[in-house]
Amino acid sequence: MAISNEEVAAVARLARLGLDPEDIPGYAAQLSGILAFVARLNEVDTSAIEPLAHPLDLHARLREDAVTESDQRDAFQTHAPAVEAGLYLVPKVIE
Amino acid sequence: MGDTFPRGVAALAAGLARGEFSSVELTRHYLARIAALDGRLNSYITVCAEQALTEAAAADAARAAGRAGPLTGVPYANKDIFCTRGVRTSCASKMLDSFIAPYDATVCERLRAAGMVMLGKTNMDEFAMGSSNETSFYGPVANPWDLDRVPGGSSGGSAAAVAADLAPIATGTDTGGSIRQPAAFCGISGLKPTYGRVSRYGMIAFASSLDQGGPMGLSAEDLALMLNAMAGFDPRDSTSVERPDEDFTRALDLPLAGLKVGLPREYFDAGLDAGIRTAVEQAAKVLEAQGATLREVSLPHLDLAIPAYYVIAPAECSSNLSRFDGVRFGHRCENPKDLFDLYCRSRGEGFGAEVKRRILIGTYALSSGYYDAYYRKAQQVRRLLRDEFNAAFAEVDMLLGPTTPTVAWRAGAHASDPVTMYLGDIYTTAANLAGLPALSMPGGLVDGLPVGVQLTARHFDEARLLGLAHRYQQETDWHTRQPALA
Amino acid sequence: MQWETVIGLEIHAQLATRSKIFSGASTAYGAEPNTQACAVDLGLPGVLPVVNREAITMAVRFGLAIDAQIAPLSVFARKNYFYPDLPKGYQISQYEDPIVARGRIDIDTEQGAKTINITRAHLEEDAGKSLHEDFHGATGIDLNRAGTPLLEIVSEPEMRSAQEAASYMREIHRLVRYLGICDGNMQEGSFRCDANVSVRPVGQAEFGTRAEIKNLNSFRFIERAIEYEVERQIDLIESGGKVVQETRLYDPDKDETRSLRSKEDAHDYRYFPDPDLLPVAVTQADIDAVRASLPELPRQKIARFVTELGLGREEATTLANDAEVAAYFERAVAVHPASARQVANWVMGELFAALNRDNLAISASPIKAEDLGRLVERVTDGTLSGKLGKQVFQSMWTSGRDADAIIEAEGLRQVSDTTLIEVAVREVLAANADQVEQFRAGKDKVLGFLVGQVMKKTGGKANPALVNELIRTEIAR
Repeated sequence: MAISNEEVAAVARLARLGLDPEDIPGYAAQLSGILAFVARLNEVDTSAIEPLAHPLDLHARLREDAVTESDQRDAFQTHAPAVEAGLYLVPKVIE
Repeated sequence: MGDTFPRGVAALAAGLARGEFSSVELTRHYLARIAALDGRLNSYITVCAEQALTEAAAADAARAAGRAGPLTGVPYANKDIFCTRGVRTSCASKMLDSFIAPYDATVCERLRAAGMVMLGKTNMDEFAMGSSNETSFYGPVANPWDLDRVPGGSSGGSAAAVAADLAPIATGTDTGGSIRQPAAFCGISGLKPTYGRVSRYGMIAFASSLDQGGPMGLSAEDLALMLNAMAGFDPRDSTSVERPDEDFTRALDLPLAGLKVGLPREYFDAGLDAGIRTAVEQAAKVLEAQGATLREVSLPHLDLAIPAYYVIAPAECSSNLSRFDGVRFGHRCENPKDLFDLYCRSRGEGFGAEVKRRILIGTYALSSGYYDAYYRKAQQVRRLLRDEFNAAFAEVDMLLGPTTPTVAWRAGAHASDPVTMYLGDIYTTAANLAGLPALSMPGGLVDGLPVGVQLTARHFDEARLLGLAHRYQQETDWHTRQPALA
Repeated sequence: MQWETVIGLEIHAQLATRSKIFSGASTAYGAEPNTQACAVDLGLPGVLPVVNREAITMAVRFGLAIDAQIAPLSVFARKNYFYPDLPKGYQISQYEDPIVARGRIDIDTEQGAKTINITRAHLEEDAGKSLHEDFHGATGIDLNRAGTPLLEIVSEPEMRSAQEAASYMREIHRLVRYLGICDGNMQEGSFRCDANVSVRPVGQAEFGTRAEIKNLNSFRFIERAIEYEVERQIDLIESGGKVVQETRLYDPDKDETRSLRSKEDAHDYRYFPDPDLLPVAVTQADIDAVRASLPELPRQKIARFVTELGLGREEATTLANDAEVAAYFERAVAVHPASARQVANWVMGELFAALNRDNLAISASPIKAEDLGRLVERVTDGTLSGKLGKQVFQSMWTSGRDADAIIEAEGLRQVSDTTLIEVAVREVLAANADQVEQFRAGKDKVLGFLVGQVMKKTGGKANPALVNELIRTEIAR
């Protein structure tokens, strides 16, 4: 299962991961190697097996509907990269 | 330096209780050792000298006031993946180089409540992704037994610090072996508890369905004492298991007679180092001599654990790491020209190569058209493996095998080929996939390097697991061996 | 060519929980930016979600009300995409295993009632808000809304006109408010809707390519947006073009829809079960408990108002539309069950007018339902004339006292004592001999004048029917 440079670039875009163009062939080779390795999963027929998302077959424990959190905006925004008037700033979003 | 204090949590706690030394004296001792020796190991990212001494003084005051618990005043090193209020939590990533959490992880709260003293935050593979502690933004950690070798990972800083006596005990996290493998490489003991035992709240997630925090120390007894403080139900973690608190030291002295120990055939395959095989076989004999019965068992699809793991863990990580986007905290690139640029460059600059590799693989495995072939398939294999473990545990009480196929390798040995490094996780990943408690303990030396022997138990059977390890450590002295550096 | 419109709706109803779906932060509307965004809502490193029980109960409530299947196990998944108002880089939502599936609801159409099937209703977390006012060319992000529970209600594509779509939206809106699971406030975004719209030649079985119109937050806009979109699609096809599958936004100022996202940014959401959360179990006992607490539903109530109380369908609908109005009306009727129609008239007439005038919700009415019922009784039993009734109503409105107290204190009791009225009648007839003559000559209209004079003389308190009768008797004598 080889993965092309273009596929690496497309996946990186989906993951919003800036890659140095020079590094892409290296990633492509490594990812191809990893995919070839994990292809061993196909050695076993799992058609009758339900996927297991969690090791313990437990159900969610639910929380009572109560407000337990108070305003900590100042603490949360102390180390934020860009803040103004209590808002987190990002480059202009165009809709 | 070093010879005025005993080693290990049990001995230190006893000394503190008898008033032989104070927590402040003990903490100073460790801070001095860190200052003197850690330049060669790089096991700490952040040392909290001032805060540690304050906590130590508070512990001494609590003891004077008659409010001391079993661990009050005992120092520990904290893996830099656990959020600590007011102290940087970097996860060994440039992304979080300036991140100071406004909250404590539940584990940190619990250890604080137990009166333990945090010496600092230990080095690790970036976001816990790696088996050699070479992916840290803060540089690699050296193995105290041979400074040219890796300490294992991802909890390599914790393992090296404990092995070199720069902390009596440490926290670690284990997603595919990240406690057990560095414990093996550094000649200490490490326990990955049952999934859901230790709260994941405030522990920066790598792969949520696999991650589990646990103790790394010098002996099974120390691990049991630390686990008593770390483990417990946490309503803030939906995957935390609601069970009554228990005393994990309760089975330390139980005799082994009647205990059935299984040796999975697949653990002793061709890839296993001959010296390690011998060490494990000798460990089996020690247990047998104490009354345990040995039996060969089989986990037919064990070899699929790594491929399943290297789909599931990257898939979960690719999503877990999406929150690091340069908007609310963490690294942000200079002068982003638009939103897309902000995301791509902040993440491109903030993450190292191994993290990027795993995000790419995980994103690919979850993407449209590939989900069934990779993620779903891996989760099906996961059930298959868990069922095989359950079947084995219908026959035996414990499983015994190696922790790793080789001893610690030389730094840089796997730099160019991730897959060969991943293969080293062959014996550890299955316990995470199945959620089982598993422990690594020192079982010998090969070429002067430590060997890890791994024990795996049924879900929630940590007490007996620790008991078995403790009995072994009563009969052997591998766990007392120290590297020359210390 | 004849075209048929096909519409399916996705309604997002914010659930009226106190705290968020996965955190203990408040859901109250209108707080200062980011003061109600806790560590979990912000997606800070290491924090974890825990499901709010009430959100589950509310979803089950809705599911039972639309006669749907409640999943014994439902699963929260992650929908992965990057957007600044989505703090974790994924939205927690239910994907393969929603909590509610295969329900139905009846709606009113011009052709009568029609059943619309509801594919599913699933729980998810709301995103924050992007504020596009200029912050030196930047966008500001407020995450107060992030993590507010939403129930996304997905219909089958079974609506065939903009009016049906609006009717369906109204029906769901009424239902969620009845169930007490959503405040329905569309200005604040508590209830909003995306419409999937396509057209096809009449008689064709396959669906046409659909466009999704996002964020419709009024009944009027949904109709106009769909009408515009249908026309756009038909024009496009008839002029040789092709509809592309895309997301469009309705601009109410220009009354048009426009394309929102370009195709190259096609999403690949990489859904997978959220490993931080375990499957949510709903047991039969849970379901039974919720079922036992369900109120009478709007359409049942309307039917009962018609059959049992004798109201007209329109009146019944007006009164039943709002759960609080309906409850008020029923409390008033309980005082005076014999005259439900009159109570209905008073509620829809005097009471609605007064509430409107003073801009009050019915819950804030100064006249209690029981007091209104008593007032209506005083009118129907003849104690008060209709006119006096209205006077007493106003007095009740301003003073908050009940009708009997006012009647007593102000001496407003209608006079039905024949001897008293006879005296006034005789006086009026004596003083208006001309009019009496005209009446005798067959000019019936003068009677009204004479009655008016008697009413005046009695201070409006005489029973008008009685006055009428006595005048006729006296003149005929």
